[in-house]
Amino acid sequence: MNVPTLASMLAEGKTPEYLFWVGCAGSFDQRAQKVTKALVKILNHTGVSFAVLGTEESCTGDPAKRAGNEFLFQMQALMNIQLLQGYEVKKIVTACPHCFNTIKNEYPDLGGTFEVIHHSMLLQQLINSGKLTINGGTFKGKKVVFHDPCYLGRANDVYEAPREVIQKLDVALSEMHRSRAKGLCCGAGGAQMFKEPEPGSKDVNVERAEEALELNPNVIAVACPFCMTMLTDGVKNFNKEDAVQVLDIAELIAQAEEL
Amino acid sequence: MIESLIFIVLLAAGIYWFSKNIRTLIRNIKLGRDVVINDQPGLRWKTMAMVAIGQSKMMVRPVAGFFHILIYVGFVIINIEVLEIILDGIFGTHRMLAFMGAFYNFLIGSFEILALGVLLACVLFFCRRNFLKIKRFWSAEMSSWPRSDANIILISEIALMTAFLTMNACDMLLQQQNYSHYIKAGSFPVSSLIAPIFASLQPTTLVVIERFCWWFHIIGILAFLNYVPYSKHMHIFLAFPNVYFSKLLPKGTLNNVTAVTQEVKLMLDPTLPPPAVDANAAPMRFGAKDVTDLTWKQLLDAYSCTECGRCTSVCPANITGKKLSPRKIMMDTRDRITEVGINLDKQGANYDDGKSLLGNYITETELWACTTCNACTDACPVNIDPVSIILDLRRFVVMEQSAAPAELNGMFTKIENNQAPWQFSPADRLNWKD
Repeated sequence: MNVPTLASMLAEGKTPEYLFWVGCAGSFDQRAQKVTKALVKILNHTGVSFAVLGTEESCTGDPAKRAGNEFLFQMQALMNIQLLQGYEVKKIVTACPHCFNTIKNEYPDLGGTFEVIHHSMLLQQLINSGKLTINGGTFKGKKVVFHDPCYLGRANDVYEAPREVIQKLDVALSEMHRSRAKGLCCGAGGAQMFKEPEPGSKDVNVERAEEALELNPNVIAVACPFCMTMLTDGVKNFNKEDAVQVLDIAELIAQAEEL
Repeated sequence: MIESLIFIVLLAAGIYWFSKNIRTLIRNIKLGRDVVINDQPGLRWKTMAMVAIGQSKMMVRPVAGFFHILIYVGFVIINIEVLEIILDGIFGTHRMLAFMGAFYNFLIGSFEILALGVLLACVLFFCRRNFLKIKRFWSAEMSSWPRSDANIILISEIALMTAFLTMNACDMLLQQQNYSHYIKAGSFPVSSLIAPIFASLQPTTLVVIERFCWWFHIIGILAFLNYVPYSKHMHIFLAFPNVYFSKLLPKGTLNNVTAVTQEVKLMLDPTLPPPAVDANAAPMRFGAKDVTDLTWKQLLDAYSCTECGRCTSVCPANITGKKLSPRKIMMDTRDRITEVGINLDKQGANYDDGKSLLGNYITETELWACTTCNACTDACPVNIDPVSIILDLRRFVVMEQSAAPAELNGMFTKIENNQAPWQFSPADRLNWKD
């Protein structure tokens, strides 16, 4: 797999158009790694010039900030900004809405202004510019439900890009009662991903998976590594993992195109 | 003459107490930390026009939204009538503005139709609140006082509108009999319908009822005006400034603490000169333990909350049975700042009641249930931001008390040691590609 690093490109005197910010989940979580690979396949397939930071990448600080550790967040943020500015990075794409939100909204105030897009937005651009053509493929006619990640949707008002990408696959896209700005969280945001839920009557991911499963989908489409974990677990909770796939929009495209 | 005098005294007292209450409220809000919000005035006015004046977010729930707008429009427009009541009261006149002729008739007719609308909407809301078991009106924080508060407000409005229409009905009958000073003025599309109830009464009795309703109406308004600052109903005034000063950034943006930035920059580069320190300034806390650690905007949020519970009804934590309720966060903040204000008035500036927002009002279990999903801020019709208060309280727990849940402390340590929230070596970051 062709995955250039910024350091290696710089050594060759080249500058990529995009830095692909993989994120911690995309780098280390086995399920999210598959999404990372799917996106790289699409980038290579469409000839998008990109590079990753590789071993130089570091947590954006999002979970620390939302858990109240502003010191740790700003340590991470300032070190990342220094690194990104050192490489003269202008444009960033990431498959993690949390990284997207943090770099886009919280870094500028600390001196780091970059043009950041979520991979759903890049896929939309690639489709609209004709660089990525999709011919129905594997998912044609399948019933797909899209779950809005809070940090893409409500937090940054990106609702249409992932839907447009999914609709290119000639699928039957159905909406949950709580979708777009009214979408229900998967339960992982605000550093919940890293702790057990507080005592309650139900887990948030079970509530959300239940809502998605009521629509009898073939696929629950997600666009965030945390939502991926939460909804996969939620579907397992109802013993539906054989009937219902939880896939990232990048995986939908890569599988449809047999990349 | 004596009536005018009584009226003037009552009016002056009502306005005096109201302004005193408002001054206390503003003083309380100013107990919060200072923050400058003066960017993008154009966008701020526009947001206020849309969200506060236009009530755009109310219509997400169309039935409640429609009737709320009816009450709102009725309240604003019928208050023009109060102007005439005040003039009549001061000068001892009757329907002083009747000289406007056809326009006056149009105004009175419109007030009547709106009054009926407000009356019906309030009855409907009262029944909905008390007889339909709508979950958000019966959750834990809606204890006896918040429920009574809502009912007092609705009953007051029903009583005021009933008095207004009864007054007009009697007035109309007296006009028809050319009785005394009851000149022909106004049109009565609604009160003419209830007038038959009073038609058999003697003119003197009609005058008594008409006067009683007139006094009841104006004393009721003055009393209500002075009830509002003690109730959740302050939103009728504060919704407008609160929306004006609300966050314009994307909802996902959480503020960066400037004091932390200075320290972190110093840690990363010890050669930097330390920031100038004001020796007289009290040492600042990181995050918030009590309401005075919050900003004035967060306190304004708290006083603007009318406890509708739309936030709580969409909160994923609350929906799944966790203790967290964003509405309770706002109610607790308001109740605590009010308590701090009362302490200040009664015990002076140096008094410490040993209580704080965190602990005595809001528990850590509530704080740690939040997913920062912003469903609450999206749902709030007046752009209140409970997430910012939750975050500031978390910041205090983590940075001042080092008392984060163990799993989160573990996550912090991993980020510090290996730059990821999980235990993996940074050297393995690119292993996925193989």
